[in-house]
Amino acid sequence: MPPLLKKDPLIKMSPVIKSLALGALLLLGSGSLSAYTLEEFQFDSPEQQTEFRELIAKLRCLVCQNESLAGSQAELAQDLRNEVYRMMRAGQSQDEILDFLVERYGDFVLYDPPLKPSTYLLWFGPFVLIGIAGFVVVRTILAKKRATDEPISASEQERLQALLDNSTDSPSSGPRST
Amino acid sequence: MSKSVRFLIPLVIFGALVILLVIGLGKDPSKVPSPLIGKSVPAFSLPELTDPDRSVGDEDLKGQISLVNVWASWCGSCRQEHQALMALSKETDFQIVGLNWKDDARDALAVLRMTGNPYAMNGYDPDNKVGLHWGVYGAPETFVVDQKGVIRYKHIGPIDRKVWEETLQPLVAQLKAEGA
Repeated sequence: MPPLLKKDPLIKMSPVIKSLALGALLLLGSGSLSAYTLEEFQFDSPEQQTEFRELIAKLRCLVCQNESLAGSQAELAQDLRNEVYRMMRAGQSQDEILDFLVERYGDFVLYDPPLKPSTYLLWFGPFVLIGIAGFVVVRTILAKKRATDEPISASEQERLQALLDNSTDSPSSGPRST
Repeated sequence: MSKSVRFLIPLVIFGALVILLVIGLGKDPSKVPSPLIGKSVPAFSLPELTDPDRSVGDEDLKGQISLVNVWASWCGSCRQEHQALMALSKETDFQIVGLNWKDDARDALAVLRMTGNPYAMNGYDPDNKVGLHWGVYGAPETFVVDQKGVIRYKHIGPIDRKVWEETLQPLVAQLKAEGA
C-alpha cells in the first residue's frame, strides 16, 4: 500500500455537512484558504523571484509525482518550497539547492535525469534505436536498388514482350496493372 | 543469415520488450528509492514526544539496531501497522524509534495512550525539520539503521507480517550477525 498523506478534513464529516462544505468552498471560488500562491514568498528582486520559479519548476513533487513543486498543493511540496526559499534567501546557489534535495530524495526529485552511467540507456537509447532503424532502411533501399539494376535475362525479355503485345492488342480488356 | 533466423528477429525483440514492460508494470512508482541507503543517519536532535525535556538524536541510534518508524496520528496506514509494531516491540534484537512526523503532540499522545506505545523513544517533528533530511515523503516509512548508525534499508508503506518475515527480519538477523 502506498503511504498515506494527510487526509482532507472533509473526509471525517457526514455526507450532508460534506456537501454543504463543498458547496461553500465552490462559492468561495478558487481563492480557497489553504491554496498555495507564490505571493507568500517575498523576494528582493524580480530576478530572484524568476529564479525561484525556475527552480521549483525543475523539482518534482514526490507525493503527486506528475506535478512539479511549482504546481503542487500537497503539504510536502509546501515544505520543500519553504526549504528551497529558505536556502535561496541564505544565498545558496541553484546547484547547491538541487544537490541538497538530490542527496535526500534521490535523482527522482529532478525532472531532468542527470547524465551518468545508470542513465546512459535513457539518454542515448533513442538515438541508438534511430541509428539501427536508419541502418536497416539504408540497407533495404540499397538491396532493392541492386535488384532493379540487374539486367533481365533473355527468357524474361521474351515474356515481357509477349505481355506488352498482348496488352496493345486489347487495351480495354483485363486489369491495367498486375 | 538464413531466412528462418531473420524471421525470428522481430519476435525476439518483441519478447524482450514484453519482459521489460512487465517488469516496469510490476514496480510501484510511488516507492522512490532512497539515496540515503549506506549513509550515516543525518545528525539531528528532536524533543521526545512523551517527555519534551528529553531529546532524541542520531547518537541514540548507535550501539544497537534500530527501526526508525515515521508515523503520525492522521495516517491510516500507520494505525494499520501499529499492532505489528506492538508485537515487534517485544523483541530484544533491536529498538523501535519513532519519528512523529507533521503531527500534533496531543493527537500523537492520544494514539499511544489508546493503542499502546511500541517505541523506545519518539522524536517529535511537527514541521518536517528532520523528516526532510531523512528524505521522508509520506507515512509510514521505516528505516533500518545498523549498530554504527548507518541506514541500511528503507521500507515505504506499512509493515505487515509479510514485509517483516520476508524483508526486515532477515535483514535484522544479518545486521546482528555482522555486529557480533
